[in-house]
Amino acid sequence: MTVFVRALLGATALTLAVSPALAEKLTIATVNNGDMIRMQKLTDDFTAKNPDIELEWVTLEENVLRQRVTTDIATNGGQYDIMTIGTYEVPIWAKQGWLVDLNDLPASYDIDDLLPAIRGGLTVDGKLYAAPFYGESSMVMYRTDLMKKANLEMPDAPTWDFIKQAAAAMTDKNNEVYGICLRGKAGWGENMAFLTAMSNSYGARWFDMDWKPQFDSEAWKATLTDYLDLMNNYGPPGASNNGFNENLSLFQTGKCGMWIDATVAASFVTNPKDSTVADKVGFALAPDKGLGKRGNWLWAWSLGIPAGSQKVDAAKKFIAWATSKDYLKLVADKEGWANVPPGTRTSLYENPKYQEAAPFAKMTLESINAADPQHPTVDEVPYVGVQFVAIPEFQGIGTAVGQQFSAALAGTVTADQALKNAQMITERTMMKAGYIK
Amino acid sequence: MATAHSRVAARFMISPAVLLLLGWMIVPLSMTIYFSFLSYNLLMPGMEEFIGFTNYRFFLTDPAFFAALANTLLLVGGVLVITIVGGTALALLLDQPFWGQGIVRILVIAPFFVMPTVSALVWKNMFMNPVNGLFAHLAKAIGLEPFDFLAHAPLASIILIVAWQWLPFATLILLTALQSLDQEQLEASEMDGANFGNRFIYIVLPHMARAITVVVLIQTIFLLSVFAEILVTTNGGPGYASTNITYLVYAQSLLQFDVGGGSAGGIVAVILANIVAVFLMRMIGKNLEA
Amino acid sequence: MARRVSNRRKTLVTIVAWAVGIAIFFPILWTILTSFKTEAEAIASPPKFLFFDWTLENYAEVNSRSNYFLHFMNSVIISVGSTLLGLAIAIPAAWSMAFVPGKRTKDVLMWMLSTKMLPPVGVLIPIYLLFRDSGLLDTRLGLVIVLTLINLPIIVWMLFTYFKEIPGEILEAARMDGAGLWEEVVHVLTPMAVPGIASTLLLNIILAWNEAFWTLNLTAAKAAPLTAFIASYSSPEGLFYAKLSAASTLAIAPILVLGWFSQKQLVRGLTFGAVK
Repeated sequence: MTVFVRALLGATALTLAVSPALAEKLTIATVNNGDMIRMQKLTDDFTAKNPDIELEWVTLEENVLRQRVTTDIATNGGQYDIMTIGTYEVPIWAKQGWLVDLNDLPASYDIDDLLPAIRGGLTVDGKLYAAPFYGESSMVMYRTDLMKKANLEMPDAPTWDFIKQAAAAMTDKNNEVYGICLRGKAGWGENMAFLTAMSNSYGARWFDMDWKPQFDSEAWKATLTDYLDLMNNYGPPGASNNGFNENLSLFQTGKCGMWIDATVAASFVTNPKDSTVADKVGFALAPDKGLGKRGNWLWAWSLGIPAGSQKVDAAKKFIAWATSKDYLKLVADKEGWANVPPGTRTSLYENPKYQEAAPFAKMTLESINAADPQHPTVDEVPYVGVQFVAIPEFQGIGTAVGQQFSAALAGTVTADQALKNAQMITERTMMKAGYIK
Repeated sequence: MATAHSRVAARFMISPAVLLLLGWMIVPLSMTIYFSFLSYNLLMPGMEEFIGFTNYRFFLTDPAFFAALANTLLLVGGVLVITIVGGTALALLLDQPFWGQGIVRILVIAPFFVMPTVSALVWKNMFMNPVNGLFAHLAKAIGLEPFDFLAHAPLASIILIVAWQWLPFATLILLTALQSLDQEQLEASEMDGANFGNRFIYIVLPHMARAITVVVLIQTIFLLSVFAEILVTTNGGPGYASTNITYLVYAQSLLQFDVGGGSAGGIVAVILANIVAVFLMRMIGKNLEA
Repeated sequence: MARRVSNRRKTLVTIVAWAVGIAIFFPILWTILTSFKTEAEAIASPPKFLFFDWTLENYAEVNSRSNYFLHFMNSVIISVGSTLLGLAIAIPAAWSMAFVPGKRTKDVLMWMLSTKMLPPVGVLIPIYLLFRDSGLLDTRLGLVIVLTLINLPIIVWMLFTYFKEIPGEILEAARMDGAGLWEEVVHVLTPMAVPGIASTLLLNIILAWNEAFWTLNLTAAKAAPLTAFIASYSSPEGLFYAKLSAASTLAIAPILVLGWFSQKQLVRGLTFGAVK
């Protein structure tokens, strides 16, 4: 036992003593999404060019990742040199001075090539605080064969009324075909991302200019009622636990007629290796209600450097590599153009090879451009963010409200009760946080 | 028999454990108590201020709190009932002679070794999923509509998952107790014409009382803080249908990053746990008095 | 008279017991089977039990994506280390409680158990801050300390119940022979308590191996054990049942094998003084 203890102490002493950098070690926290996993496999290219930098990966599921990196950065824990964060975190963290600004990336990075909407979401006071790895909006993905069977034609820019009509026509429960699949799993990044974006197109908003919650408005009521109506009549069973992944596998296995979700899903559903419906998918913009806003969101998984990091230069080198044009080309060479991380660079969408390989390119770009995080709603609001409200309290409220709407979908509370609860939950938190008296 | 000398030695030997646990309890606990009186959001550093009992007021008036309290009790109680009844039945079964006893015993205790996260993921995705899960396939095979476990019976589903994990533990302890039962006494009563039910109630059950108490105590300690299973399967929903106190505190402090509110919730949870502890101690005191 | 059992009855019990055993084990079996399927077969309807194209591609994928060996070693070091450290602290404490009980001994014991009821989420932030300041974040040492502390009450209690079953007269006799305190503990008490200590050890390795809150929240890359490894497979984009199954199998296999091999010891000792 003593030998073991000694070995143990020795081992821990080794880990405690940070090896005096022959090679600088970057610890990178990232989310376990397909594009990130692919990047991890391609990093030999980076380490070959930068032999003095070693990479260590911490790959976590989205919710765990968010909790880990937020705890770490807020307590100045210094565990990570690069963090994968989204458009929700960047404005909040940048305001706290927690992120290193990335304006001095080399000229070859071509910062002006970033899509303006995405860049805008990651910029605070004119400075870029995180580099987008991939960007997404949301759009309608539908089965062309089922639409044809139903004698309908999907317009490029459908309305919610049309979506409902199409869902009804495509549903065939006996054969396990459900007209529409939407997110139902509770979470600010799950069902609330969809519902908040949808509510924008219905003219609803989270808060008025005095930060008063608006769930008692007619617009929210219409949003939730229509959503429940769609899902209860034409949705799959168990929808209240379906998030992005669950819907993706439903769609890939041919069980959904339409699916309104992240544009990145397009490359998964058209990939014949994973999808049984790869050659039967069409795309359209997220629906609207004729009020001038569409129900699509804007998100970018991005790489940022915590302000406390000792290895800023190495970290910047890595970020410049991972989000560069060359990286896109590297992926294209190895895995084909359809698999490059989408939604970050104008040049990608101008590339004829990409346009050819990715039938969803045009619709993705249009969806991203149609989102405006600075002015997300029909009426004026005091906040930034399309499918979220960029205040620290939002994660908590968003998830609690998401629980209510998820319960409404499961049928354990009525729509009215869910809205009433949502209003109360939000009021309580906003009162506690001092936004309203 | 203890001499003064050995008393001193005993004190000395017990002190590392006591001091360490005291430190482990007092340091974080006092920090938590301190935080619980602050308005402290992790995402807004430098804005902390003393706000008295506001955090407690908000936590205790939260409608989620009472739902969580009830769910916690249901979860603990439900799992205890299933594991003790099931464990007793299993112990009685495994105590019989049959072929392949060793292998069956290995099969039965296996779930105890599985990480809670893994078992929750497996149950959620591969069994309870209403489209691709095995239960759904079964239901479809016999012509039924698949049941959506996690949406329509979230708490019951979680109780099932947790009970699956703890059933082996209860079985093992109850089986050990059963094996130490005096066979002659049993056989004598059998000759006297006592049927199985009577033998079970008057001889077996009293003999196992102590073992059952132990199972209750140990499991309660772990069941009060069930967390991973909820996080993985339902995230506490739909609504608050499967939120327990531990999960509620998690939601406050790590989803909302409201350290003040989360700390107040943590203190409330500690107080509640201690009430349970006192209750348990009474029970154990009666049953475990040597 | 030994229990004479008719063969008919034995056959019946055998069938029932095997059916129950397999039913309880089935989720694990299914996970292992699924880990050898392709993603498409993993969700095939109707489900395939044995007749599918067995493949190792999921294991290859998991292996190329994460450093399984590192996580595995971390799990081993953390669970074994915390258990040994815990035993070193708990054996003297349990000894003194069992053989030199004071008026407060039972209260102390119960108080120790009650510290296990602290909800960990409530104290994460304070602990994180303490770990940051002492440089223990993402170190194996840090996790060994935390897991020792959270399992210490269980260790003390288990040992206490074993020690109490050792008759005091033996110790008296040893003392008469002039054995000092140390000899008493090492030469007399410990050998008698070996089964109890062994099962305490096993149970605590299992508990530490499966602990998923602290191990996940206090580590990043270097000290992350298998619980963190699982967190990277729990819900990625796309089909994932087969990969999840492969990762799950890898995460639970070591402890499952250990548990099976040592089940006799585990069972013998796992009484918590429940059996007189």
